[in-house]
Amino acid sequence: MIVTTSRVPLYTLHVNGQDRTVDVAPDTPLLWVLRDHLELVGTKYGCGVGQCGACTVHMNGLPARSCQITVSVSASVRITTIEGLSTDGTHPLQLAWIKHDVPQCGYCQAGQIMTAAALLRSNPHPTDEDIDRAMAGNLCRCGTYVRIRAAIKSAAGGGKP
Amino acid sequence: MIPAGLDRRGFLKVSALAGGGFVLGLVLRPSAAGDGTTREFAPGPFVRVASNGVITLVAKNPEAGQGVKTSLPMILAEEMAADFAKVVIETGNLDPRYGPQFAGGSLSTPLNYDLLRRAGAVARTLLLQAAAQTWGVPVEELHAERSVVTHRGSGRTLTYGELAATAATLALLDEKTIRLRTPDEFRLLGSRVGGVDNRAIVTGQPLFGIDQKMRNMVYAVYAKCPVFGGQVVSANIDQVKGMPGVRDAFILRGTTNYYGLLPGVAITATSTWAAFKALQELRVNWDQGPGGTHGSGDYEAQADALAAKPGADVRNDGDYTSALSGAARVITARYSIPYLHHATLEPMNAMAWPASDGGMEILAPTQTPGEAQSIVAETLRIPKHKVGVRFTRIGGGFGRRLINDYVVEAAAIAHRIGAPVKLTWTRAQDMHHGFFRSVGWHHLTGGIDAAGNVVAWKDHLITAGLNSARQAGRAAHLSPGEFPAGFVPNLRFEQSIINTNVPTSWLRAPGSNSLSFVVQCFIDELAHAAGRDPVEFRVALLGADREVPGARPNDPPYDARRMKDVVRLAAEKSGWGGALPRGEGRGTAFHFSHRGYAALVASVAVAPGGMLKVKRVTAAVDVGPIINLSGAESQVQGSVIDGLGAAWLQEITISHGRVVQSDFADYPLLRINDAPAAIDVHFIQGTNPPTGLGEPALPPLAPAVCNAIFAATGKRVRSLPIRRSSLVWG
Repeated sequence: MIVTTSRVPLYTLHVNGQDRTVDVAPDTPLLWVLRDHLELVGTKYGCGVGQCGACTVHMNGLPARSCQITVSVSASVRITTIEGLSTDGTHPLQLAWIKHDVPQCGYCQAGQIMTAAALLRSNPHPTDEDIDRAMAGNLCRCGTYVRIRAAIKSAAGGGKP
Repeated sequence: MIPAGLDRRGFLKVSALAGGGFVLGLVLRPSAAGDGTTREFAPGPFVRVASNGVITLVAKNPEAGQGVKTSLPMILAEEMAADFAKVVIETGNLDPRYGPQFAGGSLSTPLNYDLLRRAGAVARTLLLQAAAQTWGVPVEELHAERSVVTHRGSGRTLTYGELAATAATLALLDEKTIRLRTPDEFRLLGSRVGGVDNRAIVTGQPLFGIDQKMRNMVYAVYAKCPVFGGQVVSANIDQVKGMPGVRDAFILRGTTNYYGLLPGVAITATSTWAAFKALQELRVNWDQGPGGTHGSGDYEAQADALAAKPGADVRNDGDYTSALSGAARVITARYSIPYLHHATLEPMNAMAWPASDGGMEILAPTQTPGEAQSIVAETLRIPKHKVGVRFTRIGGGFGRRLINDYVVEAAAIAHRIGAPVKLTWTRAQDMHHGFFRSVGWHHLTGGIDAAGNVVAWKDHLITAGLNSARQAGRAAHLSPGEFPAGFVPNLRFEQSIINTNVPTSWLRAPGSNSLSFVVQCFIDELAHAAGRDPVEFRVALLGADREVPGARPNDPPYDARRMKDVVRLAAEKSGWGGALPRGEGRGTAFHFSHRGYAALVASVAVAPGGMLKVKRVTAAVDVGPIINLSGAESQVQGSVIDGLGAAWLQEITISHGRVVQSDFADYPLLRINDAPAAIDVHFIQGTNPPTGLGEPALPPLAPAVCNAIFAATGKRVRSLPIRRSSLVWG
C-alpha cells in the first residue's frame, strides 16, 4: 500500500522502559523503526517475511517478529529489544551465550536470545524437545544449534525443581 | 557518526577522539590513543602498547564467523606474553602494512601464523630489554607473562604499560631471527577462548555492516534485471520519485561484468522502509537478452546429451581402458548436484561516501577488502589509492562476500549523488543475485579386481560455463588433483561444459563441497560391491603411509597416513560396527581440502515412511595444532550443520533465466529441530604447521549422511538435495 498523504502521524513507542516518539509512515514495520529511527540495531533484518527470527523482540513479554508488526499497532505495548533485555548484559542467557561461546558470525544471536528468554519465562526448565520446538523459528546460518541448546540448558540450570 | 566528506586521515583522527560510538562501533573498548598524555610503543603494525596499560592488537582479516578476529590476535598475544583477557582487539582497515587481508580459502591461519608469531615475539623481546635496561639486570634473568615482566631474583615487576615509553626508544629487532616460543611454552594457543565480540553480540551492539550509519546518509536500494546481465530499457522513475520519503531515482548503465556493477535502477530515500516500498512500486522494462530463455531443466537435458560423448581430458593415469576390461566387477553411476546459494543471514549491504580528494570511502562487510578497492577504482575510474576501505564484522560470508558487487553498487550511487549512501538488499534480491555453487553431473565408472581392490576409476563431469561451452564457470571445474587421483593406478578424469547464463562462484569448500559427495558415495558403492566394510575399504584405498604429490607444483601433498588416522579415529569414536536397529545406519566419508584432513561418521534413523533423522555426527579432524579449541570445535560443528542443510534441503533452480527461489520458505536453512542431537569433535594435533578450519570439515558431511542412509535403508542417494529422493523402506 502506498501512503499518499505527506503528513504522517507521530507514534509514541514504549521501548526498553522509555517512551520514544517517531515520525514515520503507519505501515513502517517495527523492525525498521527500531533500526533506522531509534538507533536500536541489535534487532536484525534477515528476511522481512517472518521466516528467520533475526528480528525477534518482546511485546508485553511475548516473542514477536518485529518485521511483521507495523508501528501503528506497536504503540500500546511494552517493547523489549536485545539492548533492553538487561541493563548491563548480565541476563542469564547473555552470560550463558558467552560462557558457551555460542556465536559464530553472531548475526542471528540477538533473535535467538530473545526467543530463548521468552521460553525460559514461560518454561523455566525446558526439555530438549521444548527447546527445539521453541527455537525452531530462529535460523542460524552458521549452525550454532548445538551450543544454543547447551546455553539455554545452562541458563535454565540454576535451581532445578 | 562519521561527518560526511571526511577523508581517511580525518576519519582516523575523529574515531580515535570519539573512542566509541556508532560507525565507531568498530572500536569496542577504550582506545589509548588521543588523550595527548600517553606514550605508545608500536613495534610494527599489529601491536601497540600504551603507557596507560592499554594493549591493542590488530585483527587484520575480516571476521565472518570463522573466528579469526579472536584466533589471529591470540597468536600475537601468545608470543607477546600478553594478558589476552585484557587486550583491545582492533579490526584493521585495508592497509598494505598488514599484508594480504581477506577471508577465504581457509588461509588466514596458514598465511599469518608465522608472521604474527614473529610480530608478537619482537614486542615481547623489546619489552624484556626495556625492563633489563630499567633495572640494570641481564635480560636472561627476566620472565614475561600476562603483560608483566618479572625479575626472577628480586621478584620485582613492571607492567607492559610501565615499560612502553622505554621500549619505544629501543632499536627494532629483526623479526626473521627473533626467538619464538616453543609449543611447550604456549599458554594461550590450544586453549578455549571465547569470541572477542561475544559480549557486543549478545547485547546487540552495532558490529555489522548493516548496522552502520553516518550523518547526511541516504538509504538506497538497487534493482537489477532478474535475468543475469539484462539491461534497463526504461522505468517509471517519475512515479517512484513522487513516493513518500524518496529522494531520487535514476538508471545506472553499469558494465557487462556479472561480478561487478550490472545495469540497474537506484532509488535513494530517507529510510530503509521508504526505499523498500519504492522498490515494490518500481516497474522496469528490461531487455533480458538471450539468457531469458534459460532454465535448469534444459541445462540437465543438455548435460545428459553430452554424457554420451567423451569429455576433454583432465587427467589420464595408467591404462584405464585395459584395467576396466580386466576388472572382476564394473560399477557405473550418475551423480548430480544442484546450484546452491550462500544465503548469508545478513543480506548484502554497503556504505560509501565521496571523499574530499575526489576519491571514495567504503565501509562494508566484505571478505575481500582489497578486491573491493580494486573494483570500485576500476568502475568509477578513480585511482586505487583514493579508495579507502574499512570492513565490519560480517553476518555470514561462506564465500558470497568474496565478490564485491554490492560494494561497487553503493559506490556508484554515492558517486552519482555526491553524498553518503547506505545500500541494503532485500532478502529476495539477495537470493536472486547470488553467485551460485555450480550444478554438475558426474558419470562414474569403477572397476574392482577379484580381491576387491579398486583398479580403475573414471569420472566424466558435465559442468557449467558462463556464456561459454569452452571454459568452466568459476569454481565449476574438475581439478586434476581430486581424490582418488594418485591413489588408483588407472584413472581418467574428463570434463564437458554446457553453456549457461548463471554466474557461479566459490561457496565454502569450493569444488570439494560437491566432489566429496560424489567421490565418497561412489567409494561406498564400490565397497559394498566388493563386499568390504566401508571403513576398512577406505583405509585400504588410501594405501601405504606416504605423501602423494599434488597435481600442480604449488598444490600441497596428500598425506595418506594423516587421512587414515582421522578415518580410523572417527570410526572408533562413533562405535562403528556396533549393532543397530532396523532403519538405522552409520555412514562414513573423508575429504582432504585446504591442507586439512577430515573424516566424519553420521548416524541416521530413517522411519519406514522415509522420514530422516540425523542423530549424531562424529568428526575427526587433523589441521595440525589447534589455535583456539572453542572456535575450532565450533567450526566443525557449524560445518556439519551447514553441510547437512545444503545436502538435505537446498537447491537453486532457474526458470525463464531467473532464480526461482526468493526466501527461506523455498530455500530452507536447517532448523534446530533437525540438527543432530550431538556433534562430537576430535582433533589429531601433530607437529605440522597449523592450517585453516573454516572449510575442511564440511565436504564429508553430505556423503557420510547419504552412506548412512544406504546402510539404514538400502536406498542410494545419488542426487542432491536428499529431500528430492524417496527414502521409504519396509
